Amino acid sequence: MRENLHRFFRAARGVGVHVSPAESIDAMRAVAQVGISDRAVLRDALLLTLAKSRDEKLALGDCFDLFFSQPEPRQDQPEADNNDTPQDADRTPSSGAPESLGPLAQMLLSQDRNTIAAAIASASGAASLSDIRYSTQRGIFSSRILDAMGLQRLRDDLEELTATNPALAERLRAALDALREAVRDTVSQGLALYAREEAENLRNEILRNAPLARIERRQVAEMRALIRQIARRLRERYSKPRKRQRRGHLDVRRTLRRNAAWGGVPFLTAWKRKHRDRPKIVALCDVSGSVAQVSDFFLLLIHSLHEVVDDVRSFAFSSHLIEVSEILESKSPEEAMSEIMSKVGFGSSDYGSSLVDFEKGFMSSLTPQTTVIVLGDARSNNLDPRADILRRIADRSKRLVWLNPEGRLAWGFGDSEMPRYATFCSVVRQCATAQQLERAVSDIVATYQ
Amino acid sequence: MADQKASTSIEAVESGLAAQGYIASRQIATAVYLSQQIEKPILVEGPAGVGKTELAKAIAAWRGMKMIRLQCYEGLDEAKALYEWKYAKQLLYTQILKDKLGEVLGGAQTLHAALDQLHDFGDVFFSKEFVEPRPLLQALEQPGGCVLLIDEIDKSDAEFESLLLEILSDFQVTIPELGTVSAITPPTVILTSNSERDLGDALKRRCLHLHIGFPEQRLEERIVESRVPGISQTLRRQMVGFIHEIRSLDLKKLPSVSETIDWARVLVLLQAAELDTEIVKDTLNVLLKYEADIEAAAPQVTTFIAKAARSNVFG
Repeated sequence: MRENLHRFFRAARGVGVHVSPAESIDAMRAVAQVGISDRAVLRDALLLTLAKSRDEKLALGDCFDLFFSQPEPRQDQPEADNNDTPQDADRTPSSGAPESLGPLAQMLLSQDRNTIAAAIASASGAASLSDIRYSTQRGIFSSRILDAMGLQRLRDDLEELTATNPALAERLRAALDALREAVRDTVSQGLALYAREEAENLRNEILRNAPLARIERRQVAEMRALIRQIARRLRERYSKPRKRQRRGHLDVRRTLRRNAAWGGVPFLTAWKRKHRDRPKIVALCDVSGSVAQVSDFFLLLIHSLHEVVDDVRSFAFSSHLIEVSEILESKSPEEAMSEIMSKVGFGSSDYGSSLVDFEKGFMSSLTPQTTVIVLGDARSNNLDPRADILRRIADRSKRLVWLNPEGRLAWGFGDSEMPRYATFCSVVRQCATAQQLERAVSDIVATYQ
Repeated sequence: MADQKASTSIEAVESGLAAQGYIASRQIATAVYLSQQIEKPILVEGPAGVGKTELAKAIAAWRGMKMIRLQCYEGLDEAKALYEWKYAKQLLYTQILKDKLGEVLGGAQTLHAALDQLHDFGDVFFSKEFVEPRPLLQALEQPGGCVLLIDEIDKSDAEFESLLLEILSDFQVTIPELGTVSAITPPTVILTSNSERDLGDALKRRCLHLHIGFPEQRLEERIVESRVPGISQTLRRQMVGFIHEIRSLDLKKLPSVSETIDWARVLVLLQAAELDTEIVKDTLNVLLKYEADIEAAAPQVTTFIAKAARSNVFG
């Protein structure tokens, strides 16, 4: 049972429930108390000790049901070690099978389902099925399990039987096919149990590096989830108030002032502290054509950073510019985006007039603590780019960051005004994938730490 | 054999709590049993009014132990939760003992000698007599053990959680001037949370995590039966069925068990034999606490009553 519990802990980690050694010890103690005969009580006990939130309880409950739907090898053979199971099976009564056959053949012919299931489970233990990570490994694990069960011997037996006893050989062959199927099911179940996390990681990794502008419709929801995950990570990293004192630096002025009452004798000392601003962000997002998708995810990310960022104002533009902060705050991401699109989207972009709009209406929102982020491809359809306004924006703000979904190679070609804008930006970086988006936002927030 | 014992013990917990008027689901009973066996606190989460606090009271009543309650709120700190020095008493005693001190120190010729003599006394004023125990320390000092209820832990600050860690894992607290105080008998600790904020992993790791949701229909009927004995079976079934329908709506605050019990009492007082639209509409404000919720639920009342009545026939 202990072995089984350890495997269950691994499966639990697979479904994303964090099981630390201390928790596994608690679970062991709990199981020792309640015993294993009543499955419902066992389930409750494990859920109580391992899962620490409602979501985890649901996930772990499913995992438990899946895990214990497979037969437990120990139930039938309490003393059996993994390796000598085939010999163990030797002792089971064989129904009319010749004594010369190997243990596996005898077991198959005896049609004892429990013994076979137990043998499969032991063999999957020997083949360390819990190490399975990718669906491509299914074949190799199946053959490893079959080998561990003694497939080689069975093949020899089959060859021999075909010559001597064709009917029995036929029966054995059918049984072997059934066995293969059972093993394949076991491996699939193992994959579902142990490899879920890995598969998810792999999918996320691919998604993170996929160009945002070109992801398919069905991936949009997954991408939103990923962006939310990124936001959570950034929040965790940057939201903790870090009162880092600059120790050892006496603030002479404040010390003197505080001790004025004692004639300047320093009873109380005051130390210098580093003052920290929380980020203020003004985001200008191009929502025309190809850039729209990237802006969508960018706005979602920026607006889910409440705890980290003091104040965000977002503006969307294509041919003219409007403020969209309120729409984004009050509506769900999908609704907000479609509303923004209906208001300003789908036009041909005109950076010049959008910048004029911004200067006229919102220039006063910029303070020396503000980071201005412009997200766009800087393709202004050969209209006046008004780089002078961008210069004034850069002068008024702490930093001006330009995120361009296009690759560096394309900057400056065709109607791209990137080089002219770039002179006024503190940072210009490419931002086409979720990973680049995360890095860009992380860097922006980090400059305030 | 051990298994047999365990399941009977879990049943014993269930019936013990039931004797106190607390109808526990098997999960709750298992949690209570385990917390006693492996000496771990229980962290109870769930919506308001499902009986998280009641659970602690029921356990205390069942085991005949004292219940010590610590209500958490923002700004709760060591001085209010753990211990405090009795400053006034300290001051008073120094005043009273002034002469005595003078006597003792009279013989000393130099300041140094006086200081040495003073040291010989030890820390008289920082001894057990001058400590005012607050709930956490009180709980450790109960010779017969007790039930310590730390209510609404999610309302306290994150720093307070860290303060709890020592008491939760080792049942001891460290007072700098006195040293470590260990529990005479480890108390049964129940923490409750409404999930207003996420608790730290360190805290969760030290507890059994129990989530109490809204009970199933049968269980809720039994709860009503035990709490409001005067209610007829038909009405009980109907009203619980009705509440389950209400919970399927998208409301600001769903009615929980405490509201069910209140409503049952109201219906008994109004001497209702069975649910009808009139009486439900009149008493809907017992169940729902927001005007918007009442408005959302009101048009559905007739359908829900019909549904509840139908399930009653088949149930």
